[in-house]
Amino acid sequence: MTMPIYLDYASTTPVDPVVADKMMECLTTSGKFGNPASRSHVFGWEAESAVEEARADVASIMGADPREIVWTSGATEANNLAIKGCAHFNVRRGKHIVTSRIEHKAVLDTCRQLEREGFELTYLDPDASGLIQPEMVSEAIRQDTTVVSIMHVNNELGTRNDIASIGKVCRDRKIFFHVDAAQSAGKTPIDVEEMNVDMMSFSAHKLYGPKGIGALYVRRKPRVRIEAQIHGGGHERGMRSGTLATHQIVGMGEAFRLGREMLGSETDRITRLRHRLWTGVADMEEVYLNGSAQQSVPGIINISFAFVEGESLIMALRDLAVSSGSACTSASLEPSYVLRALGLNDEMAHSSIRFSIGRYTTEEQIDDTIKKVRRAVGKLRELSPLWDMFKDGIDLNQVEWSAH
Amino acid sequence: MAYSDKVIDHYENPRNVGKLDDTSKFVGTGMVGAPACGDVMRLQIQVDSDGVIEDAKFKTYGCGSAIASSSLLTEWVKGKNINDAEQIKNTEIAQELALPPVKIHCSVLAEDAIKAAVRDVRGKQGI
Repeated sequence: MTMPIYLDYASTTPVDPVVADKMMECLTTSGKFGNPASRSHVFGWEAESAVEEARADVASIMGADPREIVWTSGATEANNLAIKGCAHFNVRRGKHIVTSRIEHKAVLDTCRQLEREGFELTYLDPDASGLIQPEMVSEAIRQDTTVVSIMHVNNELGTRNDIASIGKVCRDRKIFFHVDAAQSAGKTPIDVEEMNVDMMSFSAHKLYGPKGIGALYVRRKPRVRIEAQIHGGGHERGMRSGTLATHQIVGMGEAFRLGREMLGSETDRITRLRHRLWTGVADMEEVYLNGSAQQSVPGIINISFAFVEGESLIMALRDLAVSSGSACTSASLEPSYVLRALGLNDEMAHSSIRFSIGRYTTEEQIDDTIKKVRRAVGKLRELSPLWDMFKDGIDLNQVEWSAH
Repeated sequence: MAYSDKVIDHYENPRNVGKLDDTSKFVGTGMVGAPACGDVMRLQIQVDSDGVIEDAKFKTYGCGSAIASSSLLTEWVKGKNINDAEQIKNTEIAQELALPPVKIHCSVLAEDAIKAAVRDVRGKQGI
């Protein structure tokens, strides 16, 4: 079986071989297998020093102090820890939290849980290009707001919010600002000082590191205090207990070190590939770019092919590993909540594809993708009664459909 | 989503794709579903004076199962009298294509489509 072309880097990435090699040095008797918390022998010291080196590498991608990094099992846990931990710690100050409708489920479901506990949430609607504007945050803040959580880069659209400006709004009003940066680390510059960020979530596996490891940045000056969600041996300054997974942490550190080094060259190369892909399909009729053409990371491009249904498009594109804006592939028939929040109608949301380009994507793969997409869209439109109607000049919004 | 070989076959090589002359009184059209729900099926049948389906065509906007359900249906109804064609049950389609539970609605839509097409041609012929 020949494997499909992988264009789902926003979902996960393969581990860089350099990273894998470094991880393997932390597993067996000949490596740094010790418990980093063991203070009484060299096995522990070696592991601890590997963990601290990784901590410094992760910290440097965002201009933080290594002591501001807390290891977690991934960005989901980091989001939970930041939002619940900060909201709970500051509950006497207020019980209002501001976030957006297009956050990742790890943020949205965490917020839902807080609502069940009696917190009040404001979910901001993005503008038509998928961005949360600083004014929207400013207007949503109340006297009792304690936490604002806005993502840096949206995972479905690739849109990049102006975190620095939103951060300034929060800092001026003395509100804790959390940012989910799972999709942005190594894809766009991050500076927690310039951006006025108080907490930031990261994941290793979106940046050629291993799955199962992530980190939360927690500001020291001015100090941000959070309640632990996992209790135990008091690791990570009491914020997250549990034996540190040396190999995972070392993998994340190396992945972030590489990510920081390669940011410039990767951005240039991936920007060219994105442009190539978009120009290769944009001359077809009724093809739309979702999100913002200007304010985006290059690696994610979300396109709607009108009059073609998403799942059949995915099926026709079996040789491509991409994601659909239609959740038909799961048990539900709901189109993507992110695309809906942009104001796309269900059809356009159903007919969207997210292509995400990464470190190992080649020009040949992009050219091949363009060919396959054009062929699939052409074939499915030939099969589509909606395409017929569109060609006959019928306004589909005026048709009375029988809902089912 | 793991599809059965039959679904993939119909999806890859859909039978009887096309459009019949809707203005003819021997042609019945069934258009069911809604774009917002992710599937729209247009099934057309052409009958002779005895009500036997001489030709059937479809176009479907929808997932692979929806396309396969309508493609299969066009094969089944050809040569059948409209009275028999409208008796086709969605469960038969679902079974033939081995549709997973989340895709049963595709077969329901196909059943609705043939019923609607038969109703349309009956209306045109006044029977």
